[in-house]
Amino acid sequence: MQSNMSLNIKRGTKNATDSSKNSPIKILIFIFFALMSVVLLIPFYSLIISTFKDGATVIGKGMDVSIKLSEMSFKNYILVFTTESSRYFTWFFNSMFLTIAQVALQLFISAFVSYGFAMYDFKGKNFLFICVLFVMMVPFEILMLPLYSQINNMHLTNSYAGIILPSIANAGTIFFFRQYLSGIPRDLVEAGRIDGASEYGIFFRIILPIMKPSFAAMAILNTMGSWNNLLWPLLVLKSSGKFTLPIGLNTLMTPYGNNYNLLFVGSFIMILPIFILFLCFQKYFVDGMTAGAVKG
Amino acid sequence: MINKFIYNKKAAPYVFVLPFILVFLIFFISPMANTIIMSFQDILPGSREFIGAKNYAKLLGDKIFLVALWNSFKYMAWTLILLIPIPMILACIINSKLMVGREFFKSALYLPALTSVVVAGIIFRFAFGEQATSLMNQFVALFGMEPFKWLKNGTTGFIVLLVLACWRWTGVNMLYFLSGLKNIPVELYESAKIDGATSWQSFRYITIPQLKPTTIYVLTISVYAGLAMFTESYMVFNGNNSPNNIGLTIVGYLYRQGIEKNAMGYASAVGLVLFAIGMGINLLQLKLNGTFDKEV
Repeated sequence: MQSNMSLNIKRGTKNATDSSKNSPIKILIFIFFALMSVVLLIPFYSLIISTFKDGATVIGKGMDVSIKLSEMSFKNYILVFTTESSRYFTWFFNSMFLTIAQVALQLFISAFVSYGFAMYDFKGKNFLFICVLFVMMVPFEILMLPLYSQINNMHLTNSYAGIILPSIANAGTIFFFRQYLSGIPRDLVEAGRIDGASEYGIFFRIILPIMKPSFAAMAILNTMGSWNNLLWPLLVLKSSGKFTLPIGLNTLMTPYGNNYNLLFVGSFIMILPIFILFLCFQKYFVDGMTAGAVKG
Repeated sequence: MINKFIYNKKAAPYVFVLPFILVFLIFFISPMANTIIMSFQDILPGSREFIGAKNYAKLLGDKIFLVALWNSFKYMAWTLILLIPIPMILACIINSKLMVGREFFKSALYLPALTSVVVAGIIFRFAFGEQATSLMNQFVALFGMEPFKWLKNGTTGFIVLLVLACWRWTGVNMLYFLSGLKNIPVELYESAKIDGATSWQSFRYITIPQLKPTTIYVLTISVYAGLAMFTESYMVFNGNNSPNNIGLTIVGYLYRQGIEKNAMGYASAVGLVLFAIGMGINLLQLKLNGTFDKEV
């Protein structure tokens, strides 16, 4: 273990003999990480081969890593794309619609709010910002029941508005945008005023375009959260025609279900959009994830 | 008139933060106040009666609540033990000059975090199937062990939840530590080397103290994430009713009382106890780490 810990320190030394001396360690580290990656990726591999097997058999025998071509076929894929009784793609497009609507609103409204915090000094600002931090600290699970009653009183159950509205001024997103905006000089806003722009014109025409990189990071983080969210939609939505993918997949797992063929292929298709986003925008994923940690 | 308003510098900040104020009042303060009030009430359809602190008194003697409390606490403690030191060391190795294929391994470790808990739960439920043919039972058979009924027994059920947590979070926490490592000046290590410090000394006296803000951040979010765990258990045990409540968590109990049994008053008390415990642990942890002294 001690040798592992020392490695970080070697960084930045430019001694040529170092690298040849360390090559056995290099190989060991590489093998270690390769093995760990294989172990971490086995669940995905197991899921993928299960999509080609008969669902009831997988459930009966448990998931494994064996490939028996004679027992494998594309029939689950055909089923998921053709069966009319399968609600899979209803759920898929519900999720897609909900995610896009929720993230678009969250980003726009949180950016709007964060601009107020970053570029103005006003009475009550510090108190309000402490409220933002407080909301970030309270886990959603504590609030979910009273929040559900609130949504119920507003007659918003079984509607996407009920899912989206409580999260539109997202505290974490406001915090991130405010941090980003605090790096932008206020002179820019002042220059806009001198040019005769209104307070809101400055936000829309000058500031929003500058915020693009921070939008990318938050768009990806919030998309992941929204696409994968189970708990809150599970409480709010009642009719299966409105279900999102996580709820739908969960219903496929019931012991009395006869849709096991859809379960694994459905799970696999569900994780694809996020994986594709990750491959395309890897840098922004990391920026969004680690946004809170750096400032500490 | 409109022109006067949109050019008004005094009113503008309040317009910008207004969406947050509205969402905060309607979807945070109101449910929060409501849950505090409800925790002192006995709530039946159509009637609400104040019963003082009886809900809280009842909790103390509620054996199932204590099981849930213990499960959540144990889960939180183990995730702190496993998911802080290991990702920290992995980050140091990945950050070192000896690392080959850094970007690839970073992505591979991060992929599980992109996976929805629903899909992860489905994979783990069936990979830890009780049949001798399931992936994990085939694995333990390599060591000559008999098949386990993973999800029927307290200890093994808990192990499944922990393995799932490590699978999903190791890569994320590693990224947090990596972004922390990037902020440590290389000069610190160089001058330590000139002074003849060993690698272990550099790690102990430079890396660990310099990573403190990151460690505190990871610790703070992990405390609540651990205590408020619910969806993982809900998916792995296919619902909120695990055998002998081996997978029951505080939030699971809150869900059972509030949603399944409709005892909103009692469930509110459960939620507030969870909030108080999490807040207590975090305040204590931040105090011990000297975060407050620094601010003042």
